[in-house]
Amino acid sequence: MGNSRTMKFTNAINEALSIAMEADPGVIVYGLGTPDPKGIFGTTLGLQERFGPDRVFDMPTAENALTGVAIGAALGGLRPVMSHQRLDFFLLAMDQLVNNAAKWNYMFGGNNPVPITIRLIIGRGWGQGPTHSQSLQSWFAHIPGLKVVCPSSAKDAKELLLASIFDPNPVVFLEHRWLHNSVSDVPAGDVRGVLGKAHKLTEGDDVTVIGYSVLIPEALRAINYLKENHNINAELIDLKTISPLDWDTIFTSVKKTGRILAMDTSHEQCSVASEVISRVSRDCWSSLKAAPQLLALPNCPTPTSHELTKDYYFDASDIAKSIMQLMKHQTKDFAHLKSPGAHDVPGTWFNGPF
Amino acid sequence: MNTLQKKLLYSMKKIRQVELAIAAKYSEQQMRCPVHLSIGQEAVAAAVGACLEKTDSIVSGHRAHAHYLGVNGSLKGMIAEIYGKVTGCSKGKGGSMHLIDKSVGFMGSTAIVGGTIPVGVGFGLAIKKLKQQHVACVFLGDGAIEEGAFYESANFAALHKLPVLFICENNEFSVYSPLEVRQPKQRLISEMVAGMGIESAQYDGNDVELIHQVTTAAVQKIKAGQGPQFLEFATWRWLEHCGPNEDDDLDYRCQKSNSKWRDRDPVQIFEKKLMDQKLVSESEIKDLHNSIDIEIKAAFEFALTSAFPTQEDLFEGIYG
Ligand SMILES: Cc1ncc(C[n+]2csc(CCOP(=O)(O)OP(=O)(O)O)c2C)c(N)n1
Repeated sequence: MGNSRTMKFTNAINEALSIAMEADPGVIVYGLGTPDPKGIFGTTLGLQERFGPDRVFDMPTAENALTGVAIGAALGGLRPVMSHQRLDFFLLAMDQLVNNAAKWNYMFGGNNPVPITIRLIIGRGWGQGPTHSQSLQSWFAHIPGLKVVCPSSAKDAKELLLASIFDPNPVVFLEHRWLHNSVSDVPAGDVRGVLGKAHKLTEGDDVTVIGYSVLIPEALRAINYLKENHNINAELIDLKTISPLDWDTIFTSVKKTGRILAMDTSHEQCSVASEVISRVSRDCWSSLKAAPQLLALPNCPTPTSHELTKDYYFDASDIAKSIMQLMKHQTKDFAHLKSPGAHDVPGTWFNGPF
Repeated sequence: MNTLQKKLLYSMKKIRQVELAIAAKYSEQQMRCPVHLSIGQEAVAAAVGACLEKTDSIVSGHRAHAHYLGVNGSLKGMIAEIYGKVTGCSKGKGGSMHLIDKSVGFMGSTAIVGGTIPVGVGFGLAIKKLKQQHVACVFLGDGAIEEGAFYESANFAALHKLPVLFICENNEFSVYSPLEVRQPKQRLISEMVAGMGIESAQYDGNDVELIHQVTTAAVQKIKAGQGPQFLEFATWRWLEHCGPNEDDDLDYRCQKSNSKWRDRDPVQIFEKKLMDQKLVSESEIKDLHNSIDIEIKAAFEFALTSAFPTQEDLFEGIYG
């Protein structure tokens, strides 16, 4: 424990995996390309060299069966961690995840936990298009028995991945590709976070902003700007875990501010954000001073053409606008809050193709 | 050269030159989508394409440029699609990994490995139920063989003797992963498929005339009602899995294999064979090369001068 270092998201994942493997000889790590020269965007580099091919290995292109294999291995005493370079590829495994992993413990009367961790990477930009950039976390959050984790920083990535691996339940751990190069202070050692706990990143009385994953840095830019320039104090809640949801933290904040903006990286319909607004409307109705706001993606597949993705995603300028609307302030043009450079890449470190 | 040889030479050279043109221009960052190039694998696409007709139904996966061009899919439509233009074959919605040109029987390629295998078998079912004399052709890789969808689809195709031609390009790698970490060493894909009750064989995938000959025979058997046919072709991808560059420096493929396969360049082998037999001269090959380059230049012009789709197009086509 103790010392923090500045670390990249991908390195934090890598560190969490090695610490888990050191802590428990039952942890195995596999997935397409896990030991290859790129090591799942760097997250699994060096693990096979260090822990051997019995514990770190590649697999056939057989997502569904290998998820079932992970379930059996978990029931047999191991702690499998699977990695998939895109969430989209894992859709083939929904059967094993939903029909087996999620309810094995429940449908056999308890006492049969399935400790598996499924890492999925959400793509975006550079023409990832309809089958390489789906953000379908709400599918998983809909299923009782699964835990669904969406870290927004390198620190959370490490702490929550360790917590996921040692949780007795199946955990879907979602990494946004655009966060992979982000850095934060990351504590050393076997630091396990808490699943199911949201985190308040800023304090404020005016508006509650709910988000997770890649939306958090965008929201922070908008909120800091509005605080400095418009004297609006927003409370930013990073959900971190979208199932189970930390309703206490959400309700406490909304009851204080009376205003809510819920954001999502997925299509709007049946999203986590719409679920949050639904529950807030029912449970905090008398506290609400304004109609809840929601920012999500259109209910339309992701097109490939970079021209069509220009307005498909929202950013800090849209978040600022939404908050101004909630406050019934005249909205301004917040174009200067947009990230510089091309809209379809997260920064100069990324120029495709994957 | 006979008509077939002309066709095969043109087709292979066109695929090679198009892929090289894409690779050369990719760094301009205007083709903003992943591209999986087929350089080194031209022979299978050219030969199989020459055995198929516009009325057949062809599907493929992420590495589909060659398959699409092999059946003469619109070059302009493909290049414009990669540039994200509204004139692209999928109107800019799909990009390199989602190609379609129904006018030549190319019914769609998609990017989820194995995703079109059952769809191709479904085309076979439609052909059979509608009592047509066509075939459905499924292009797939050695990686796609590992998906459950392959076994389920192959079983159904065998069960119903569907008119399906499976063309498996075995380039020994799925991204960086060699066959030996994915499939048992001594087991040939074609033998395994034969065990499932599908007539099946394995051949050199860099010998375009051989491929044409065995595929013609397979298509005849399918049309004679003998059920699905599976052809496995050994070949090699020259560039990185995804993107315009070589990646031999990563050392995931042994240099010996890399150079062995490069020495077996399917385009060069065929050119040399034709020249040795005095069926074509070096200058005729050069002329062909130049005329293809003119075609390619026109396609890039078309793509670059085409309009992008607009925001109104975003919501077009969600429902049919
Ligand atoms: C279901 C699924 N899993 C994984 C991937 C990632 N992926 C894209 S191409 C590819 C390799 C497939 O190998 P193969 O079928 O042999 O085709 P090749 O690339 O060699 O042409 C993989 C694993 C994917 N697109 N879909």
